[in-house]
Amino acid sequence: MALSAARASGDTEPEVAQGVLTRDRLTPRQKRVVDELGRERLVAMYRQMVLIRAFEQRSEQMYQQRKIGGFLHLYMGQEALGVGAISALRRDDYVSTSYRDHGIALALGMDPKACMAELFGKVTGVSRGKGGSMHFYSKEHHLLGGHGIVGGQTPVGLGAAFRAKYMRTDQVSLIFLGDGAVAQGTFHESLNIASLWHLPALFIIENNQYGMGTAVDRALSVHDLTLKAPGYNMPGVKVDGMNLLDCYAVISEAVNERRKSPAPILIEAKTYRYRGHSISDPATYRKKEEVEAYQRVDPILQVKRLLAELGWLDEAASKELDRDARAEVSAAVEFADASPEPDPSELAQHVYAQ
Amino acid sequence: METQQITYREALNQALAEEMERDPLVFLMGEEVGAYNGAYKVSQGLLDRFGPMRVLDTPIAENGFTGLAVGAAMTGLRPVVEFMSFNFALVAMDQIVSNAAKTLYMSGGQFPLPMVMRGPGGPAARVAAQHSNSLESIFAYFPGLIVVAPSTPADAKGLLKSAIRSPGPVMMIENEILYGVSGAVPLGDHTVPIGKADVKKTGRDVTIVAHGRMSYMVLAAAGVFAREGIDIELVDPRTIKPLDIETIAASVRKTHRVVIVEEGHRFCGVGAEIADQIYSTCFDDLDAPIVRITHTENPLPYARNLEAASLPNVDQVVLAAKGVLYRA
Repeated sequence: MALSAARASGDTEPEVAQGVLTRDRLTPRQKRVVDELGRERLVAMYRQMVLIRAFEQRSEQMYQQRKIGGFLHLYMGQEALGVGAISALRRDDYVSTSYRDHGIALALGMDPKACMAELFGKVTGVSRGKGGSMHFYSKEHHLLGGHGIVGGQTPVGLGAAFRAKYMRTDQVSLIFLGDGAVAQGTFHESLNIASLWHLPALFIIENNQYGMGTAVDRALSVHDLTLKAPGYNMPGVKVDGMNLLDCYAVISEAVNERRKSPAPILIEAKTYRYRGHSISDPATYRKKEEVEAYQRVDPILQVKRLLAELGWLDEAASKELDRDARAEVSAAVEFADASPEPDPSELAQHVYAQ
Repeated sequence: METQQITYREALNQALAEEMERDPLVFLMGEEVGAYNGAYKVSQGLLDRFGPMRVLDTPIAENGFTGLAVGAAMTGLRPVVEFMSFNFALVAMDQIVSNAAKTLYMSGGQFPLPMVMRGPGGPAARVAAQHSNSLESIFAYFPGLIVVAPSTPADAKGLLKSAIRSPGPVMMIENEILYGVSGAVPLGDHTVPIGKADVKKTGRDVTIVAHGRMSYMVLAAAGVFAREGIDIELVDPRTIKPLDIETIAASVRKTHRVVIVEEGHRFCGVGAEIADQIYSTCFDDLDAPIVRITHTENPLPYARNLEAASLPNVDQVVLAAKGVLYRA
């Protein structure tokens, strides 16, 4: 039932993701993923999700302590999508995303120390302190930003897909965009060109159902976003963005297909952000019941429960993992604190390429 | 030096072909550049020679395909984006400003963008307001963008080669009226350095600073100035940004008088920047205030007489030259 219909009917149980991960009710696809990944990899992916959550929680605190300034857009709640998608990639694939980029960066394996340092505006940051929260870039990890303008990343990521085609490699380009970005002209232009030119671009809509304060049904005339795909002659696939295994399954299948035969795909992942649009947004446009309903399907808790049921991570090990992740984040904060700001001479550096 | 007599259009075509031959990472994209051989035939024959992976016909989606070029440049390719006319680049302003100009800086130096965005800019002949913008100062405004504007076939070929070899983004603003103009172009791998002005005509009485079609117009009218007894020195910046103020200043120290001629608007136009730099650099060498001749303060009208009245003409420049010589 659509969100607005649920609200209209007075139903207090809003539509949430379909199922929750539990060993007894794994779908055949989810079972395949569990078998394919195995214990070590699945625990590692879980740890990445935990790290992202801890990092974002700490960033929130650091902002309140004025160690971070400007805009801060947190990824809490969307970890399954970021980690699930990026785990399906090779190191030489390309990724581009919006300003809500910390989770994506960490999922790519970027150093939390350097990420936190970037948030603090230090020279040891991923962008030497010159980008900030919204502009994480990594040449090493093939992260093409970190974009402040909604939808600005969409054609840029497409350019990376073009590169793969031009150089005749089997690389793919993952382009993360929000439901808000679907309204931008760049969405239309990019999907059209991607399809026309058969580019290996995976457009992943991180539909967290709100573009800042505007619910999707107030921004888009069509609410099932996969309906847009045939309009660009490409497949459209839905995935439960709160479900790590489904995200991994859908995206790895899409990626593997595209290595053999370059073509774009539109993937709509329904997810949820536990915080407002940015740190200054109290999100009064959302009902408490809705947030709580999505917290009940917290992607991290889902995987934790599954890992316990599989006997792959018991309570003690889980606590240890949590402590470890928090320690890693604390070390990142210490590193960021201790790092210097960029030297004033860096002001004039990197304006023009040499 | 051996030269060939070719048109501005042919010069661009040669530059593109030679650079694409030299470097397999260079490719051309834009509306009608391929099968149509280019709206203005600049890319004539290139699709046949290099194939559809290197000469790409785009849909009409400037912001989208400019962004694609940004992503391609970030990942190691060297795109040349053709804007059928630079007016259409306005549709791509977000990708040009937010990404092309700023990515190297925002990424802390990780992603240089070796991309060229080129096409004809400025008024043509009665193509009316939306097709007649001079956008040099708009692009020059943003740190990170290089802006060049060749006025001759030799400069066009040389600057396009340099632009394509440049490690960062270059906006190259050509002129449709000049595409058919012939000139001597050195044979061989002829390049013109970015950031170097050219004295198109030496003289003693007054420095005229003009680029693009205005440089051509003034040069073509050298005889008119001569008949008025004015020995002009014409300095063509060739690169708007970074501006070669040294060459301009050297001329000012010789003539002590400056007239700046531009097709663009007065307010925040390129001439305002040039005047400011001249005043900062060699104020004491001036014997008169700098005079600027510009597009009038209105969108360009279609009617032949109104269009003519909106744009600089030789008579105005002669009058201005006399003015700064206190001979008017």
